[in-house]
Amino acid sequence: MAASSTLAVSVWRGKESGRFQTFEVPRHESQTVLDVVTHIQRALDSTLSYRFSCRVGMCGSCAMNVNGRARWTCRTHVAEVAAGDRLEITPLANLPVIKDLVTDMTPFFDKWAKARGRFQGGRTRGHDFARVLPESRERRLADAAIECIGCGVCYSSCDVVTWNPDYLGPAALNRAWTLLNDVRDTDNRARLGAVAGDAGCHACHTHMNCTERCPMKLAPTASIAGLKRAAALAALKGELGDAVTK
Amino acid sequence: MSDGGLSIRAQVLLWTAQRASAVVLAVCVIIHLVTIIYAVRNGLSAAEILGRTRGSYAWAGFYAIFVAAVAVHAPIGLRSVLSESFNWRGASLDIAVMVMALALALWGFRAVYSVFI
Ligand code: SF4
Ligand code: SF4
Ligand code: FES
Repeated sequence: MAASSTLAVSVWRGKESGRFQTFEVPRHESQTVLDVVTHIQRALDSTLSYRFSCRVGMCGSCAMNVNGRARWTCRTHVAEVAAGDRLEITPLANLPVIKDLVTDMTPFFDKWAKARGRFQGGRTRGHDFARVLPESRERRLADAAIECIGCGVCYSSCDVVTWNPDYLGPAALNRAWTLLNDVRDTDNRARLGAVAGDAGCHACHTHMNCTERCPMKLAPTASIAGLKRAAALAALKGELGDAVTK
Repeated sequence: MSDGGLSIRAQVLLWTAQRASAVVLAVCVIIHLVTIIYAVRNGLSAAEILGRTRGSYAWAGFYAIFVAAVAVHAPIGLRSVLSESFNWRGASLDIAVMVMALALALWGFRAVYSVFI
C-alpha cells in the first residue's frame, strides 16, 4: 500500500518554546499516527513524551496536531494524512505544553467546572426513578450531544479560544447544553448564567471548526446555538443572573 | 468576567441587540440599495433627490431607523473585534464603544435631518 518505505516525521520537542526534531520512520500497512509516535519513542528516542491509553478511540487521550489539524492519533491512518510522505506532529493548540506532545489539560477541564458541567440532581435514593421519555425533545437534544469523551480536539481547533483565553470553549459548553436538557437537573438557572456572555456561548462565532473536527461527530456549534437562545430568552425575562449559587 | 465590565445579563442583552439590529439592517440595506440603484439609473440630480426627501416623514423615518440600527449594531461588533484582537476588555472598552455608538448616531441623525429640512 505504501508507495515509499519511510516517512519523514517532524516532531515537536520542548515546551512552549522548543524545536522540531525529524525522524525517519518505516512505513507499514494500516499504520496509524499513534503507531508512528510509538515507534519513535520505543525505537529511536526514548525521551519523547506523548500520551495515549486505549488505542481504539475510546479515551480521547491521544489527541495531537497532525499536519496542523487536531486529531485522535490512534484513529488516524498515516495514509490519510501523510502529504508527500511527511508528517508534522505537534501538541494540541490552546493548551500549555508540559513536554513534547503532552499538553496540560487542566484549563480545559477547569472550564467544564466553570460551566457547571456537573450533574446536580434533586432526588435521593428514597425517590422513585425519574421517568424521561426517550422520544421527548429534551432527551433527544441531550442524546445528540452526550457522547463527548473530552479529548480536547474541538478546544484546540477553536480560534475564539485562542483570541479569548477566558472563553469556555466548545466542549464545556456542549456539556452544559446536555445538562440544560436533562430534566432531572436542578442547577440550570445558575448554569445558564455561568455559560452566558462574553466568555461563554455568546462569544462563539459559529466558525464550526469544532463541529468539523470532533472525532465523535458531535456538533458543539449547535449546542452552543441552543445555549445562546436559552440565555438570551432568560436575559430578556430578567432571569439571567450573575449570582452563582454554591 | 466582571472586573469593572458589564454584568452577564448586560452582555447577553448586547448580543441580543446586535442580532435584532442585524435583522433590521438586512431589510434597510436592501431598501437603501434599491433606492440608490433607482436614483442612479434614473439620473436623478441632487436637487431632485432633495425634492423627494425634504419634508418627507416616510424617508426621514426610514433613515432614522437605519441610523439607529447601525449605531446599535456596529459598536457591539467592534467591541468583540477589539477584545479579541487587542485583548482589550472591561469598562474602558465599554466606554470607548459607547462613544462610538453616540458618534455614529449623531452623524447619522444629522445627515437624516439635513436632507429632511
Ligand atoms: S463554532 Fe464556536 S466553539 Fe466551535 S470552533 Fe467555532 S467559535 Fe469555536
Ligand atoms: S466535543 Fe468532540 S472534539 Fe470536543 S472534546 Fe468532546 S469528543 Fe472531543
Ligand atoms: S488512545 Fe484512546 S482515543 Fe486514542
